[in-house]
Amino acid sequence: MSYWFGNDNRLPQARLAVASYVIVGMIGVLLLGFWKLQVIDSDKYDTLAERNRVREIPIIAPRGRMLDRDGRVLVDNRPSFSVLLLREDMSQVEKHLGAISDGLGIPMADLEEQLNNTKDLPHFEPIIIKPEASQADVAFIESHRVDIPVLEMISVSRRRYQPEGFLSHAVGYVGEVSEEQIEESNGKLRPGDFAGKSGLERQYNDILMGTDGKRRVVVNSVGKEMKDMRLSEQEAIPGKQIQLSIDYDLQLVAEQSLGARPGAVVALDPRNGEVLAMLSHPAADPNDFAVRISGDEWKRLNEDPEKPLLNRAIQAQLAPGSVFKIVTATAMLEDHVPSESFKTTCPGYATFFGRQYHCWVYYAKTGRKSHGVTDLHEAILKSCDVFFYNVGLRLGIERLAYYASHFGIGHKTGIDLPSEEPGLMPSPGWVQRVQHRKWYQGEVISVSTGQGAVTTTPVQLARMIGGIASGGVFMQPHMLKDAPNVGVERFPISEPTAEKITDAMYGVVNEPGGTAGQLRLAGIELSGKSGTAQVIGYDTLARIHKQKKFDDNAWFVGYAPRRNPEIVVSVLVQESGKHGGEAAGPVVRDVIKAYYDKKNKKEGQYTAETKAPAPRSKPVTTVVSVPRAPRVALKRQEAVSATTARPVSERER
Amino acid sequence: MKNAPGTRDYDWWLLAILTTICALGVIEIYSATHGSSLAGMHWKQVRWLAVGFLLMFALSRLDYHLILDQAPVLYLLSIAALIAVLSVGHTRFGAKRWINLPGIGELLQVSELVKLVIIIVLARFFAEVRSDELDLRDLIKAGLIVGVPLILILKQPDLGTALVLMPMLAVGAFLAGLKWQHTAVFSLVGIFLIGAVFYPPVSRRILKPYQRERITSFLHPEEDAKGSGYQLLQSKIAVGSGGFWGKGFGNGTQNQLGYIPVRYSDFIMSAWAEEQGFKGVLLALGLYMALLLRLVQNAQRAKDRAGMFLVMGVAAALGFHVLVNVAMVIGAMPVTGIPLPLMSYGGSATLFVFLAIGLVMNVRLRRFVN
Repeated sequence: MSYWFGNDNRLPQARLAVASYVIVGMIGVLLLGFWKLQVIDSDKYDTLAERNRVREIPIIAPRGRMLDRDGRVLVDNRPSFSVLLLREDMSQVEKHLGAISDGLGIPMADLEEQLNNTKDLPHFEPIIIKPEASQADVAFIESHRVDIPVLEMISVSRRRYQPEGFLSHAVGYVGEVSEEQIEESNGKLRPGDFAGKSGLERQYNDILMGTDGKRRVVVNSVGKEMKDMRLSEQEAIPGKQIQLSIDYDLQLVAEQSLGARPGAVVALDPRNGEVLAMLSHPAADPNDFAVRISGDEWKRLNEDPEKPLLNRAIQAQLAPGSVFKIVTATAMLEDHVPSESFKTTCPGYATFFGRQYHCWVYYAKTGRKSHGVTDLHEAILKSCDVFFYNVGLRLGIERLAYYASHFGIGHKTGIDLPSEEPGLMPSPGWVQRVQHRKWYQGEVISVSTGQGAVTTTPVQLARMIGGIASGGVFMQPHMLKDAPNVGVERFPISEPTAEKITDAMYGVVNEPGGTAGQLRLAGIELSGKSGTAQVIGYDTLARIHKQKKFDDNAWFVGYAPRRNPEIVVSVLVQESGKHGGEAAGPVVRDVIKAYYDKKNKKEGQYTAETKAPAPRSKPVTTVVSVPRAPRVALKRQEAVSATTARPVSERER
Repeated sequence: MKNAPGTRDYDWWLLAILTTICALGVIEIYSATHGSSLAGMHWKQVRWLAVGFLLMFALSRLDYHLILDQAPVLYLLSIAALIAVLSVGHTRFGAKRWINLPGIGELLQVSELVKLVIIIVLARFFAEVRSDELDLRDLIKAGLIVGVPLILILKQPDLGTALVLMPMLAVGAFLAGLKWQHTAVFSLVGIFLIGAVFYPPVSRRILKPYQRERITSFLHPEEDAKGSGYQLLQSKIAVGSGGFWGKGFGNGTQNQLGYIPVRYSDFIMSAWAEEQGFKGVLLALGLYMALLLRLVQNAQRAKDRAGMFLVMGVAAALGFHVLVNVAMVIGAMPVTGIPLPLMSYGGSATLFVFLAIGLVMNVRLRRFVN
């Protein structure tokens, strides 16, 4: 036995006992720690574990298509890829940002801005950094799956619009939602989402937009997807399609007929308010911004003096010119001021309050420079200004404004498109309120012929003329076929008045001396009224008055048949040197002719088939069944009570 | 010495507890690695365990007094080995801790063997202190004995192993009759040191960058959830998401998808807690408690003070391992790289535990021998 080893067995039993207690205490404390994590906070960590292993990849719901009234596709989708940035690990994102910027050709500042814009979203949600991946982008992502693990691709569907801006103003376009839209959507829209920005895309966004689904995949700690572990998938609910009242054929005819001239066409069925065609020129191709429009391009479109983004059909507020004479004439007949038999002599001008007012005929290039003695019928036919100057003076602005207002001038028609303009019907109250001056009595002279401060939109004139020709039933123009809840305003016009007015409008086209005799169509009771306004509007004129192009606004509002029309077409052509009948009339004629050609052909086919049914070996599906347009209550933005039997000017006073 | 101890004198309870813990470890190593490139690791662990059992029995046959006799030689040898590691050692994971043993072919972590030697040397030292109270001179001597290898181990750097030497010293000194005043003073110094480690201006001077990073990530794990705080956070998520009943064998998502760092080794308790839940943790920690209490009981029944110091040195080392590792798993301590004895995969660490238990057996076998 070694020297140091004594028989020393005095063990410190008390201190050993302390050691036992320490051991028990230590294990107890550790167990408490586990109890906290595994029992008390278990749910929290469960969520974190799920978040770790489950990655949600959105499945973008395709937007609903838009069909024309015959079920032809006007707007649909095409497949495409979007590039996602996974932001769960921001350090990785920051590390690879430069490589991503180079590889995908996205400016660094752009990427940083996008990250900044979405920094409040939960980090496990990826963001779309490039909505439209090119083939090169796809190849880049595929080849860098390992070294840039924060990129992912999803297949998406993109909007496919008709080319070259066909129907583009009515349809509108989609784009990344603005902050304002996000706020309005009550949480339905989120940054980076695509939604309608204008036109029908915006109006019916809620219907067209589906609900995105989610694919849930299991990923391991290095972000690799575990293909063998499948999780539930939340399918995307596609958006519903809508069927428009637009007739592709009429739209096409209208587009071709208007051609490259700036202007607008609105074709309505006045019986139900359905818009059969709507176009505005110039137009931009919405396919160009179906993905994402660059800031520069956007700026260019917005600052283009020709305003390609303006839907002239509902937004151009221009003097209606002689088309307004229908309002003056109706007011005169309804109120018998002056009496029906009122006649004037037109020497080409008239003098009121010491000032000369010219009739358009005074400037006519050919023929006599006066209209001679005219009654109402002839005055409408020949669009004699002198006659209406006199009528206007006798009616006074109050009566004129009362009728014009009930015919919809100065009020939105309530068409189901965003950003409609109301136009303007001036009145003493209005000048007082806006221009802080008194009404000059002479102003009614200009207003009664559709000049001066009165402005209208093409859709307003279509609704008005259609309504007057229907005896005072004004249907709310709308874009959906068979839409329920179509607004209607009744402002009954007495039968003799309606008869006289429509007679005169029939005469404009079909009687000798009418301003639009060249529009005559065999077998079709084409009627209408032309209008030519010398200015765009006082303010616009001042800005662009050197551009001759905009000097005249040529209008023609035509319809058929002469009473209770089936179709009314309002055409605006912004072209110099031609009056309404010449410049706008042919477009109306082409559209109405196309309407009847199609109608007759359909009926013809129908009878031919029933008489001699062709032998068929197998059933041929000829009709594509189209789901009915969803029931949408059309929004009436500014209701004008039809029962208010007071002049508007009185209300304003 | 003539009466060789019989097999019935072995601590069969201790062996049963030990074997059960090892079984839990093998099961969890299998679960954590079977689907990965590390598949088959549990067999390797079984091999280490077999070697460990053999070494344990072998060491238990050799009278511990003979071993204690050679304490100075063992001490010098281990100092030499540590210096050798620093000069010719094999670098893995950025630290020189391993040395190639010719013939065995496996890399041996020298510091594990050094721990064993320090237990022996301290037992010898404290047994030689013949008073009931430990005076300051003896305490300083003991501190120097531990200090030299401690600094060498820190140089590797291997903070975890170095730290294990401290409780050996502390427990030894305590049982050798450390005065309560000294206990208080050293506790305060200890607390101050721990505070210094967490205080950046000081820790910058005394800790390596990776060690400081571990401290930072321990204090703020959520700040950089995929950087240095990742390990602790993922471990906590694994443990917490296991709940009371656990996700089931092979079903721990944190474990199977690799979110738990070194889930078969240092963080094996995390994988176990995720798959077996609180009930599993109760079983495992219960077994560890039983093991440690059994060690204390063996110390209490030791024939002499030297034997008691040996057993309690082992208990101190194992207890500290369990405490630091498990506390790390639940995020209560920073990552130190200390494995969980008997459950974590690892050759050197397993052999150390079995050799240490061999010493305990040794003491037990000789409790009636005169």
